[in-house]
Amino acid sequence: MSFFKVANLGINFGGVVAVDKVSFEVRRGEVYTIIGPNGAGKTTIFNLIGLIYPATSGQIFLEDKPLTGSVPHRIAQLGIARTFQNIELFEHATVLQNLLIGRHRHRAASLWQELLFTPAVRRAELAAREAVEQVIDFLDLAKYRDSLVAGLPYGVRKVVELGRALATEPRLLLLDEPSSGLNPEETDDMAFWIEDIRRHLGVTVLMVEHDMNLVSRVSDRVLALNLGTVIAEGTPAEVQAHPAVIEAYLGKAA
Amino acid sequence: MRFLFKTDYDQDIRLFKHGGQVFWYGLLMALLLAAPFLVDEYVMSQLHFICIYSIVGLGLMLLVGFTGQISLGHAAFLAVGAYTEALLQAKGVPVFISLPCAALFSAAAGLIVGLPALRLKGIYLAIATLAFNVIVEEVITRWEGLTGGNSGLHLKPVEIFGVTLDGDAGFFYLCLGLTVLSILALMNLLRSPTGRAFVAIRDSEISASCMGVNLAKYKTLSFAISAALTGIGGALYAHKVSFISPEQFTLLQSIELVTIVILGGVGFLHGAVLGAAFLIVLPQLISLAKDYLPANVGGTGLQAVVFGLVLIGFIIFEPLGLYGRWLKVRTWFELFPFYRKGMFRRQKSYMKSERLR
Repeated sequence: MSFFKVANLGINFGGVVAVDKVSFEVRRGEVYTIIGPNGAGKTTIFNLIGLIYPATSGQIFLEDKPLTGSVPHRIAQLGIARTFQNIELFEHATVLQNLLIGRHRHRAASLWQELLFTPAVRRAELAAREAVEQVIDFLDLAKYRDSLVAGLPYGVRKVVELGRALATEPRLLLLDEPSSGLNPEETDDMAFWIEDIRRHLGVTVLMVEHDMNLVSRVSDRVLALNLGTVIAEGTPAEVQAHPAVIEAYLGKAA
Repeated sequence: MRFLFKTDYDQDIRLFKHGGQVFWYGLLMALLLAAPFLVDEYVMSQLHFICIYSIVGLGLMLLVGFTGQISLGHAAFLAVGAYTEALLQAKGVPVFISLPCAALFSAAAGLIVGLPALRLKGIYLAIATLAFNVIVEEVITRWEGLTGGNSGLHLKPVEIFGVTLDGDAGFFYLCLGLTVLSILALMNLLRSPTGRAFVAIRDSEISASCMGVNLAKYKTLSFAISAALTGIGGALYAHKVSFISPEQFTLLQSIELVTIVILGGVGFLHGAVLGAAFLIVLPQLISLAKDYLPANVGGTGLQAVVFGLVLIGFIIFEPLGLYGRWLKVRTWFELFPFYRKGMFRRQKSYMKSERLR
């Protein structure tokens, strides 16, 4: 049984083929990275996995169950969480509230219980808080717990977004350019966290990333895309040395 | 300045965060309970209206302030509640059945309006709800067999278990009780997952859905709860004015309801109550001022002009509304003399992801 599989995935926007027959498989517990020049279709693949775009062709499987044809919020309930390239946090809420929304898929109470705030709801809230506090500890966010997201610096927001995805207790974590906009020190932290997420939390990571240092440090396998098609797959070193990858980034020798 | 030392997660969950809140809200409650014995009939009547508009304001606040969906058609829900109550009372249905029915019928209407909200956003949703308002108004006017058309319907005072609440005190306690219950219900909702899902939808739909929030379900739910509260407000309103007709539920009424939310402070439950109080008190102040104005200024259009100016003034100078102003004043005293001017200024938002759809 494969953990997560994408088969022949494709989407056209009008006449533009953004992603064309992309297939890959992510093994349980690995860090799998998608690289490629701008416009290669990396984020589009994430949006296809999240069912934000309807795929023109192909299938996506989580543990052999097809995801295509479902709806976006079901994806989260199945245990796939994601972050966004340009941060999509709940701006006018505190860090704590943002992380608590990550617990949404674990809620159990009915509307009537919530309106009355029955003891069961209170217990569930305390349990949710407990789980969120573990994420806060893990990512060292304690001093930002009660600050509004709208006032936080970019680097911290990036971590908050990672925390929100972790608060869902995902099985598969999709990270869209986790290091974009971060300084070298913050990128270093991010690399440690990705390693910890895989090692200590046992979460499989599928990531889109440009920073080749980060990629070679944390990834087990790398997939290189160009213009919507797969051009290479293998270990970071193999992919970096692949002639088609060098050509895609640097162009052909005259 | 008060420092709260938190030793328990429950301290972030409970309704009253510290003893000061218990004291001040307790005092307010005691004053309100004693009000019928302290103030005259005229002030009581204003207090009735403040309670009724608070309930409606709370409903609209949930939708506009917490779920981020605009509605310019809430007078329609007010009408549904009012007419349900009037018709059921005429059939001899007791109030503890007719009032929930008013809420249910309004909620059903809210569900219907909630459906276009799944596809429409911002100004387009405002126009759709505005159209709904006009449709409901028209239906009430034309369906003379049921609603009496333009000649309207009369209501008798509320009767509970054979006791007629025609005095000021009885009806006031009914309105006050329902206002407090509405506030408690919304506070409970907002500290549980459903309330957080609403706020998530307000701030970013795309990431709400990526966190597992069913957008369709929660948007319609928000419309339904909002409409249910407005329906209860409508039923009480019908009893209060004891005569209802279509011209009480026009677009202007809807705009007045939105005014409550904006003046009070979008995104604060306190705002709904403060906004309602302001909306009721302002016309009184205007009519007081009329005595000192030249005759050609104090005409019928004065109220609309003042309302418009106040609304514009708030949007420009105090977008957080009355409650936001109160927060600033309180912080000024708490931090004295260290309050800075920019403390409540919103930081610049960073670029958002390409908006999908």
